[in-house]
Amino acid sequence: MSIFEVLTIIIPSTLLTAAPLIFTSLGGVFSERSGVVNIGLEGLMSVGAFTAAISTLALEHSGFGDASPWIAILIAAIAGGLFSLIHAVVSISFRADQTVSGVALNFLAAGLTIFLVKMIYEGKGQTPYITHNIDKISIPGLSKIPFIGPIFFQQVTYTSYLAILVSVLVWFIIFKTPFGLRLRSVGEHPAAADTLGINVSRMRYIGVALSGVFGGIGGAVYLVTITSNYSVSTIAGQGFLALAALVFGKWHPIGAMGASLFFGFAQALSITSQQIPYLDRLPSVIMLTAPYVLTLIVLTGFVGRAEAPKADGVPYIKGQR
Amino acid sequence: MIGFLKKINWMTLLIPIVSVILGLLCGAVIMLIIGYNPLLAYQSIVESIFLQPYYGGETIRAMIPLVLAGLAVAFAFRTGLFNIGVEGQLMVGWLASVACAIIFGHLPRVLLLPMSIIAGGAAGALWGYIPGLLKAKFKVHEVISTIMMNYIALYTTAYIIKNFLYHEGERTPTIPASASLASNFLANLTQGSRLHWGFIVVIIAVIAMWYILWKTTKGYELRAVGFSPDASKYAGMNVSRNIVLSLTISGIFAGLGGAMEGLGTYQYMTINSAFTGIGFNGIAVALLGLNSPIGVVFAGALFAGLQTGGLTMQSVAGVPVELIQIIIALIIFFVGSSYVIKWAIERLSRKGHKK
Repeated sequence: MSIFEVLTIIIPSTLLTAAPLIFTSLGGVFSERSGVVNIGLEGLMSVGAFTAAISTLALEHSGFGDASPWIAILIAAIAGGLFSLIHAVVSISFRADQTVSGVALNFLAAGLTIFLVKMIYEGKGQTPYITHNIDKISIPGLSKIPFIGPIFFQQVTYTSYLAILVSVLVWFIIFKTPFGLRLRSVGEHPAAADTLGINVSRMRYIGVALSGVFGGIGGAVYLVTITSNYSVSTIAGQGFLALAALVFGKWHPIGAMGASLFFGFAQALSITSQQIPYLDRLPSVIMLTAPYVLTLIVLTGFVGRAEAPKADGVPYIKGQR
Repeated sequence: MIGFLKKINWMTLLIPIVSVILGLLCGAVIMLIIGYNPLLAYQSIVESIFLQPYYGGETIRAMIPLVLAGLAVAFAFRTGLFNIGVEGQLMVGWLASVACAIIFGHLPRVLLLPMSIIAGGAAGALWGYIPGLLKAKFKVHEVISTIMMNYIALYTTAYIIKNFLYHEGERTPTIPASASLASNFLANLTQGSRLHWGFIVVIIAVIAMWYILWKTTKGYELRAVGFSPDASKYAGMNVSRNIVLSLTISGIFAGLGGAMEGLGTYQYMTINSAFTGIGFNGIAVALLGLNSPIGVVFAGALFAGLQTGGLTMQSVAGVPVELIQIIIALIIFFVGSSYVIKWAIERLSRKGHKK
């Protein structure tokens, strides 16, 4: 098998597995840049995936056809945004420990989604499979380019490219707009931002809600491109992997995207390594644990220091120094 | 002055109690909305735990790892550290104890059983030591590093079982009887539940945590670091070393929790594709138990009872067992929002005084 053939297997697979991670870790960027730690990304993805599953099924049933999964992603975004408001209220207004609230959010999401699945599907622990998922396609025109085409534009989904475009957009919003500056300022030094007339709580609510929207999209994309049905094991650790990508990417949108692609690559390798000469001899455990081990190494500062926003995780109480 | 102190103690005790009541009320509301009978559901939980020896035994059985996980989280909390890695520490402890029991299976019981328990604790200690070291040396936040360690544990234990300790049925072989904590006596006593001798380890662990933190100089240092790392440093304490120590001891508790599952409940370890959930429940237990050893026991009893009774609830009242998880999540939210609950109670009591 030539290197070219190996790449045509690994790269599309990387793009596929990275897309949900990119969306979710971008959500994490919004929340943590505003100063609210979000351990609840896993739960937000579960809510997104669950919503996507039931809405795609409902839309298919009403005859929306191929548009169903796309509309479902939008519904999941709204559901994720609403669900994340619990985290916002508890950790911003009620000043609960943000990590505690995030842990509870994951619990609630896992319990609630399966509870509802059992309610809707008469005691079954999983939803039926959706029939209209977002398929892998060859992008017309671009896939005909010699060499590059088969690697990057065959057997891919539009969501992967959308994810990459959105991360550039998020970078622009956070670093080039007044809104982004305000968001970052409440995450770095909320008291100073408050003095300048920025409503700290409101900015943080927006940050958390956006993390819910993006987490919901991430979960939905995972469902409509990869698993096609929702059960208790659908989002097994994807949210925490996105959290790792956020840290590995040093709380930067482009960094988070790069880290997600890299983690997607590691996941793709662990799945496809059986087909690839030489790699099939490597224990899969190395590929599976690589994202986590590398994140730990990055955090130790051997490869450039990863600094969280200054006020990340600290509730803001007016008048308190 | 004494009256004042009494009032504060009541207040701190009141928050977990109010949280549990609110959590159960919310659960009842959810059941009402969907059309179940909440009274029947809660009644079935209480009746099964207290009147049926099997479920009573299973509740205590479920308490064993849950309390140890809760102690692990609470111990680290006392030093100001949030150990989310109990889940991973528990898994490596589970595997280490089972592996030790199988490899040294020829040794007599007096040696093998303590060795296997210690192996579990030691593996957990190692899994806690690494994030501790990363925090002390490189200022890596323990929340992130312990989450990473969880996943490393999940995949590594699965890999080790698959390649070195494989037995039909995606699990390790069963441990020899000489390393087992299970007992026919306890099983007969509770009409065939999986209750095992591990509860003795739990009692020792509860006392050990209380003794270490409140009766030794080292424990005083650990708590001081939790209150204020800067003040402790100024007082001449080695903050870094205390951080490492705290997470290591926390890991021991968690590892023991895993050993109890391996040597007691199951007698083997399966290849896990997802977490056991005991470690994450331990966070809830520690929070509700106000990070005190005795509080953890009560909180552990409550959650173990809810989870075991939840199975009867499902069969009797038809309510999916996931409702219990929802209630537990809500209880954590309420305990976490103690600031608002305190504020509400104070307002209510002030109004009462005016009248």
